[in-house]
Amino acid sequence: MLILKLMFKNAFRSKLRSTLTILGLTLAIIAFGFLRTVVEAWYAGVEASSASRLVTRNAISLIFPLPIAYKEKIRQIEGVEMVSYGQWFGGIYIDQKNFFANFAIEPESYLKLYPEYIIQDEHKKAFMKDRKGAVVGQKLVERFGWKIGDNITLKGTIYPGNWEFILLGIYKGKDKTTDESQFFFHWDYLNENLKKTAPSRADHAGFYLVGVKDPRFAVPVSEKIDKQFKNSLAETLTETERAFQLSFIYMTEAILVVIQIVSLIVILIILAVVANTMAMSVRERLPEFAVLKSLGVGGWRISLLIFGESLVITSIGCILGILLTFPAAKAFAAEMSNYFPVFIITQETIYLDIAISFLIGIIAAIFPTIRAIRVQIAESLMRVR
Amino acid sequence: MALELKYLKSKKQMDFKKKFIEIRDIYKSYRRGNLIIPVLENISFDIVEGEFLALMGPSGSGKSTLLNLIAGIDKPDSGVISIQGVDITTLSETELAHWRASNVGFIFQFYNLIPVLTAFENIELPLLLTGLSKQERHEHVILALKIVNLEDRMHHFPGQLSGGQQQRVAIARAFVTDPTILVADEPTGDLDRVSAEDVLELMTRLNFELGKTIIMVTHDPKAAKKARQIQYLEKGIMHAHPQIDV
Ligand SMILES: Nc1ncnc2c1ncn2[C@@H]1O[C@H](COP(=O)(O)OP(=O)(O)OP(=O)(O)O)[C@@H](O)[C@H]1O
Ligand SMILES: [Mg+2]
Repeated sequence: MLILKLMFKNAFRSKLRSTLTILGLTLAIIAFGFLRTVVEAWYAGVEASSASRLVTRNAISLIFPLPIAYKEKIRQIEGVEMVSYGQWFGGIYIDQKNFFANFAIEPESYLKLYPEYIIQDEHKKAFMKDRKGAVVGQKLVERFGWKIGDNITLKGTIYPGNWEFILLGIYKGKDKTTDESQFFFHWDYLNENLKKTAPSRADHAGFYLVGVKDPRFAVPVSEKIDKQFKNSLAETLTETERAFQLSFIYMTEAILVVIQIVSLIVILIILAVVANTMAMSVRERLPEFAVLKSLGVGGWRISLLIFGESLVITSIGCILGILLTFPAAKAFAAEMSNYFPVFIITQETIYLDIAISFLIGIIAAIFPTIRAIRVQIAESLMRVR
Repeated sequence: MALELKYLKSKKQMDFKKKFIEIRDIYKSYRRGNLIIPVLENISFDIVEGEFLALMGPSGSGKSTLLNLIAGIDKPDSGVISIQGVDITTLSETELAHWRASNVGFIFQFYNLIPVLTAFENIELPLLLTGLSKQERHEHVILALKIVNLEDRMHHFPGQLSGGQQQRVAIARAFVTDPTILVADEPTGDLDRVSAEDVLELMTRLNFELGKTIIMVTHDPKAAKKARQIQYLEKGIMHAHPQIDV
């Protein structure tokens, strides 16, 4: 017990130094947790995506649509369970900075393919019936303070004009990784309009969403789809929804790598800081370790003292860091929800925080411990003050 | 009290003629670069049980070096140091550490107490290695505090004590485990006259009343006079009388 007490007291011998070290570690833990969560948020779409859903798009580029006639052809391919389609609308709500994803979709099949969007039955029915209806994620509804029955106007960018919608349904995600900040409306509504205003653009879908009977055959099915449209006017590229999401992420992979390198650097810096603190702390007290040795205190007890002291410092920093990560992330998520609809500190991040702090505590104590154990009693006590 | 009885018994059993510490043909030199500096040359003498020996001599004569050899924190180049029949020059580092823990109590010039522990805790520290129960440890510490007359200061930290009081706590820490020998390197070197008197009186009591064998290095003739015997170390050789005036 006295050894434990000594350990704790030693950790705060130099209050300023220990406090600053702990503060540094706290900040490092917050930074690390943050950066990791940013990376996770980036991948959240992938996580939420299903391997049993395929996305078929124009082989040239996502911005070129596909004829609506493809729907039936895809549906007839072996292994295909259900086909839906949609179109990125790119509408703006009042101001550009209010960015959110909005799609024109075929409602019935689309919602069937996304069982993770949970909507009350009566809302769903109302939405299906009304062409001007829209279904919106819970988060987005909260962000703009909308209620069921509200009229919402989006300004078209790809499709010019003001587009009026009525909010008829709100969906909630089945779990935390589901994106609750999207806006869906009837593809028919868009198409009818286009028929009148820009007939050449009508009867096209931006992408097809394909549900396969057995996720194990997702790859052969996607190959069959692409083969079907080979040498046609609009060739297709079909991939799993996961791969589709990843293709977005790969574009930003470089940034993600940089973020991860920065996380690593943050950890290395704080390791250096803690190691320096421990080295200074032990060096100042070498005569004391010599006294302990003269009393017969052995190597493992001296190790316990120094490793313990180091771990006391890193544990406090770690706990503070973890506790502060949550409010910080919450504030960040509220601010940035347009860009990171899913921004959640995962359990894994917390475990990593703990593991890193523990490792830093251990590594920082190794060399000071060796030094303390090797201290010569005669030299450090009889000679120097 | 158990410890008290043990002290009394050890005093009764004391045999002043029995060879307790035998030092034979000790050579010790230090190397500084290519230079070999001989410090101790062919030192031989005995110390009987219950002795209170003062080691005097000019600065640099090797007093501390000799004391360190006897205390087992340094090794001679050659020679034998036999303590209660154990030649400590043949022990390994670990064996030596164990031997020190149960046989040697150290008193340093600068007290070297742990500043974040109270007087009580500082004295308790060496007892943690003995396997005594908390209750037994408590009794031993209280007894040691009584002997050094600092019971009323037991919850004070070293920084709240005078130099003399700190040295008395350090002495209590040195003898609380009932070691075979107490070694002190200039224990009064950093103290004023009055505190030094106190400390010396305490050491004399430890020797006379409790029968502790003490080896003390000192520059102070007044301190040396308190000892039963004085030896002079000059130019690496032991003398019963000073060769030059110290
Ligand atoms: N670790 C060492 N390395 C090199 N030389 C040393 C070492 N320890 C002691 N010496 C040398 O050995 C000689 C004896 O030193 P020692 O400390 O034993 O003298 P001392 O009699 O205790 O002196 P003082 O009265 O000043 O304490 C000195 O010349 C000293 O410089
Ligand atoms: Mg000396």
